[in-house]
Amino acid sequence: MARSLKKSHAAGWGNLPGFAPTMGYTLLCLLVVVLVPLSTLFFKAATLTWDEFVGAVAAPRVLASYRVTFGAALLAALTNAFFGVIVAWALVRYRFPGRRILDALVDLPFALPTAVAGITLAGIFASNGWLGNVLEPLGIKVAFTPVGIWLAMVFIGLPFVVRTVQPVLEEFDREVEEAAACLGGNRWQIFTRVVFPLMFPAVLTGFTLAFARAVGEYGSIVFIAGNMPMVSEITPLLIITKLEQYDYAGATAVAVVMLLVSFMLLLVLNLLQKWSRRYAEQ
Amino acid sequence: MYRIISLFLVVTLFHASQVFAATELLNVSYDPTRELYQDYNKAFARHWKQKTGQDVTVKQSHGGSGKQARAVIDGLDADVVTLALAYDVDEIHNKAKLIPKDWQKRLPKNSSPYSSTIVFLVRKGNPKQIRDWNDLVRPGVSVITPNPKTSGGARWNYLAAWAYALKQKGGNEASAREFVGKLFRNVPVLDSGARGATTTFVQRGQGDVLIAWENEAFLAVNELGKDRFEIVVPSLSILAEPPVALVDRVVDRKGTRAVAQEYLKYLYSQEGQEIAAQNYYRPSDRKVAAKYAKLFPKLRLVTVDQTFGGWTRAQKTHFADGGTFDQIYRPGR
Repeated sequence: MARSLKKSHAAGWGNLPGFAPTMGYTLLCLLVVVLVPLSTLFFKAATLTWDEFVGAVAAPRVLASYRVTFGAALLAALTNAFFGVIVAWALVRYRFPGRRILDALVDLPFALPTAVAGITLAGIFASNGWLGNVLEPLGIKVAFTPVGIWLAMVFIGLPFVVRTVQPVLEEFDREVEEAAACLGGNRWQIFTRVVFPLMFPAVLTGFTLAFARAVGEYGSIVFIAGNMPMVSEITPLLIITKLEQYDYAGATAVAVVMLLVSFMLLLVLNLLQKWSRRYAEQ
Repeated sequence: MYRIISLFLVVTLFHASQVFAATELLNVSYDPTRELYQDYNKAFARHWKQKTGQDVTVKQSHGGSGKQARAVIDGLDADVVTLALAYDVDEIHNKAKLIPKDWQKRLPKNSSPYSSTIVFLVRKGNPKQIRDWNDLVRPGVSVITPNPKTSGGARWNYLAAWAYALKQKGGNEASAREFVGKLFRNVPVLDSGARGATTTFVQRGQGDVLIAWENEAFLAVNELGKDRFEIVVPSLSILAEPPVALVDRVVDRKGTRAVAQEYLKYLYSQEGQEIAAQNYYRPSDRKVAAKYAKLFPKLRLVTVDQTFGGWTRAQKTHFADGGTFDQIYRPGR
C-alpha cells in the first residue's frame, strides 16, 4: 500500500488531493521554525576564525563535558529502552486496578517543568533527602555526581519509549503468538523470536527520541549535577557559561558541535531503524 | 443593532483606556532584589502620584544578572536596569549601545544607591568554628558558593576571597591565587546562581558554610529560622555595589525618560534609602545608614576599582575562558 502511494506521487503531485498546499505549508513551517534559527547558529559561529573555533569547542573542559553529556544520555536512553518496554508491556498486557492512572503518570515528565523535576530529584537524593540518607551510608552518592545527571535524563526520557512502544504492542496480533505457541515455542522463545523483533523498530525510535531529549536537557540537570568542571558539567551548561560572558560566538560554536554530533548519531540510529524495520517485515 | 453599538463602545473605551493608561515602567533586575523592588515600587508610585498626579506602575523582571543584561541587549524593553555588577551594564553599552559609555557617572556613588557585601552563613552554633576567610581553606570544611562563570554574586565572593588573601601580611598575586584555589577545592557543588546555592546550603543541607550576599544571608536567617543559621562577618570583605542605570534608547522611544529618571533618583531619597535598609541593603545615605547601623556590622571593605582595576579588567583576568578561575579550579585532575 505504502509503495503504491509513493509511486503515485512520483508520477505527478496532482494525483494526491491537497498535496501541494500541505507540502508547501510543511516546508514553510520547517523553514521558519527550525531551519532559519538553526542556520543563524552556523552564521554566528562562522564569525570565529578556525583557530578560535577549535579553541572554543576543543578546550579540555568542553571535551570533558561532551563525554559527560553524550555518555550519560546514551546510558539514560538504554535504561529507558529497557524499563520503558517493561512499563509499556505491563500497561498493555495486564489489567489491574489503577492502570489508567499509571498510564497517565507516564506523561508527567513531558508536562512538568524540568527545573521542578531537577529540584525535586536533588531534594530526594541529597544526603539529607528521603532516598539520599539511605543510599549515602551505602556509599552510593547520587545528587551532585554524574549519577544524578543520568537519573535526571532517565526521568525526562522515559515517556518517549513507553509512548512509542505502547501502540505497537496494542496492535500486536495475538494470533501470531498463539501460532508460535502451537508450534511448540516456550514463552521466552516466543518473546525473543516473535514479539521482540516486531517491536524492535519502535523501541529503537523511543531510544532515539529519549537520547536526543537527554542530550539537550538543561533545566533538570543543573540542579542535581553539582556542575563540577571536568567531572559533572554538561555541555549545555558550558554554553550558558559562555553566554554569561557575552561570548555569543563561542557559545554557538559549542552548540554547533553538539548539533552536528547529535545529528550524526540520530542519522545512524535512523538507518539502523530502517534496517531493523525491513528485517522485521521479512 | 444594540449589540453592535455596545460592542463598538467597549472597543473604543478599551482603546481610550490604553491611551490614558497609567505610565508603565519596566525594571530589569537580578534575583535577590525581588523583595526590595516590590516595596520600593509601591513607594515610588505614591511619590510620583503626589508629585505629578500621574499613575505609574512598575513591572519587575528578575533573573541572573548576566541573563537579564543579555535580554536587554537582545531587545527586552527595559526602562531601567538594576543589576548585580557594573560589568553587565557596561556590556549593554558595548554590545548594543543602548546606554552611553559614561553611564556610571550620571548618578551619585558610582550609580549605586545601595551597597552590600559578602558574608558567611553557617549552621547554628557554628560547629566548624568559622570566623574568617582563612577558616574556609581548612581541610574538612565544605564551602558552598555558586559558579563565578555563571553567577554575578559568585564573582563578588571570589573577588572578596582574593582581596582577603592579597591584604594578608606578605600577600601577593601568587599567594592569593593559591588561597582561592584551595578554597574552591573545598567546594563540593557549584550552583549556577546565587539562589540555587542558598537552596543547596539551606534545604539540601550541603556544606558547612555558604558564601553569600549580605542581604541574601539576612533573608535566609529571617525566613528560615534564626534557630538554624547564623551570619558570620569576616574581617575583610568587598564593597559590592549593584548599579542602576537608565536605558536611554528605550526611554526615548517610549517617552518615559522623566519618570524613569525620577525612579532612579528617588532611590537616593530618604524613603528609598530606608526601604533599601529594611531589605538589608546597606544605604549610601549617611543619616539613614546611622539609623540602621545596628543591622550592619562594620568591617573592612575593599572596592573592585581599587583592588582589581574595575570590573572589565577583573572579568578579563579572572573569569573569562582560560582566566585565573579556569586555571586554579580543575577538580578531577
